[in-house]
Amino acid sequence: MQSHAIDIQALNRPSTVDVQPPETCLTVDQLQLFYNSDSQALQDIKLEVPKKRVTAFIGPSGCGKSSLLRCFNRMNDLVDGCRVEGRILLEGEDIYAPGVDVASLRRRIGMVFQKPNPFPKSIYENVAYGLRIQGINKKRVLDEVVEKSLRSAALWDEVKDRLDESALGLSGGQQQRLVIARTIAVEPEVLLLDEPASALDPISTLKIEELIYELKSRYTILIVTHNMQQAARVSDMTAFMYMGKLIEYDNTDRLFTNPGQKQTEDYITGRYG
Amino acid sequence: MLNQDSYKQHISAQFNAELEAVKNHLLKMGGRVEQQLAAAVEALVKMDSGEAGKVIALDREVNKMEMSIDDECARILARRQPAASDLRLVLAVARVITDLERIGDEASKIARQAIKLSEEGASPSNFVEIRHIGVHVSEMLRKSLDAFTRLDVDTAVEVVQQDSQVDKEYGSAMRSLVTFMMEDPRMITSVLNEMWALRSLERVGDHAANIAEHVIYLVRGLDVRHVALDELISKVEESEHDQE
Repeated sequence: MQSHAIDIQALNRPSTVDVQPPETCLTVDQLQLFYNSDSQALQDIKLEVPKKRVTAFIGPSGCGKSSLLRCFNRMNDLVDGCRVEGRILLEGEDIYAPGVDVASLRRRIGMVFQKPNPFPKSIYENVAYGLRIQGINKKRVLDEVVEKSLRSAALWDEVKDRLDESALGLSGGQQQRLVIARTIAVEPEVLLLDEPASALDPISTLKIEELIYELKSRYTILIVTHNMQQAARVSDMTAFMYMGKLIEYDNTDRLFTNPGQKQTEDYITGRYG
Repeated sequence: MLNQDSYKQHISAQFNAELEAVKNHLLKMGGRVEQQLAAAVEALVKMDSGEAGKVIALDREVNKMEMSIDDECARILARRQPAASDLRLVLAVARVITDLERIGDEASKIARQAIKLSEEGASPSNFVEIRHIGVHVSEMLRKSLDAFTRLDVDTAVEVVQQDSQVDKEYGSAMRSLVTFMMEDPRMITSVLNEMWALRSLERVGDHAANIAEHVIYLVRGLDVRHVALDELISKVEESEHDQE
C-alpha cells in the first residue's frame, strides 16, 4: 500500500467521472428474479453499469442488492427453484442466452464475498489456482502472475517472503486482499464485491477501499455494501434498492448530496421511511 | 421534498435533537443580529453615542455565537457524517452564520460612524437615505431568516431580487450625498461619515442576499451563488419542475 498523505489522484477524482461519459459494460434490462413461483426477489430492474467505474448498491437488508449482484455471474443458477426473466448484457451479449458457458462467464466476472474464503493451501497456490485449473502450469508464467496479482491487490510487500505459508495464517484483511488477488489473477473484466469489508477492522477496510480505487482503472467494479459512507467514499455511481426495486440510480455525488427520491433521502439520512 | 418536520424524523432521536439545536441557535443569533442592526441605524440617525456603544458591545456576543455554532457544525459532521438534506443543512448553517457575523460587523461600523457624527456634527442630509435603505435591508434580513425557518424558496428569491434594488438605491443616495458635499465643503467630513454608514448598509443587503442563496441551496440543492438574477430565477423554476 502506498503511503501518501495527500492522494494527488484523489484531487482528480470528480473529473474522471464527468469528462467523458464512459462506455457501458453491463446492461440490465427488465430483470425479474423469482426464488419460488410466488416470491419475487427483484422487480423490473433496469440500469446500465459504466465500464471501469465503481458502482455501489445500497439498501436495507433483504432489498435484493445481493440477489442482483449474484445475477451478474449467474450464481443464482445454483439456487433451486430460482427463475430469471429479462436480460443482462455483458458487452452487448446476453449472459442468460442459451449456450453461454457459465464457467467462462465467471472467469470474466469474478466475485469476492463478505467473509474471506481462501483455500487451505499456500498463499502462492491460492493465487495460482485459477490458472492451474485452466491448465497453465509453467512455473515462470505462474510466478509472474502471482507476483503481479499480489501487487495489484496491494499484498505483495506483506507476503513476498512467505508465499509458501498457509493462507489461513493471514489476518482477515490480508485474506480478503488475497481473495481479490486470486480473483484478478485470471484477468476478469468485472469484479463483483459482496460486502467485501464488512468483516474487517477500519484500517483493513480503508486498505480494501484504496485497493478498489486502484483497481477501477482496469476493472469494472460492482460493490454491495451496508455501509453508506463506504459507498459514498468508493463509488462513482450508486444504486439505491428497496423491496426488490431499483428506486434511484445516479452519480454518487448527486445521490448523497441531493437525491431525487424521498425514499432515497430517508434511507441515506437515517429517517423513518 | 424537504419540509419543516423533516428534521424530526431521524431514527436517532439524538441526531434530531442536535440538528434542531443547531437550527435554533442560528435563529437566536439571527435575532441578535437583527436587533444589533436596528439599534445601529437608530443610534446613527439620533447620533446617540450611548446606544452606539451598546451595539459595539453586542458584537462580541454575536462573534461568540458564531464560534460556538461553528463548533456544533464541526461536531455533527465528525460524529454523524450527515448526508443529503442533513448535510446541506449543516453546510448552510455554517455559511449563514458567517454572513450573520459579517452583518454584525457592519452594524458595529455603523455604530462607530454614529459616535463620530455625535462628535463632529450632523450631516445636512437629515439621514433620509440612511433611514430608507436601513428599513429596506432590515426587511431583507428578516425575510432571509424567515425563509430559512420555513424553508421557503420563494421568499428567498424575493430577497435576492430586493438586493439589486438596494444596490440601485445606494447608487442614487451616494449621488445625492455628493451634491451636499459640493454645496457646502465644510460638511464634507460629516457627509463622509454618513457615506461610510450607507456603504455598510449596502453590504448588509449583500449578506442578506447571500443568506437567501444558502436557503435555496438548503432546500433545492442548487448552488446559485455568483449567477445573474434572471439565471438564478430560471434555475430555481427548473428545479421546481424537477421535483414535481
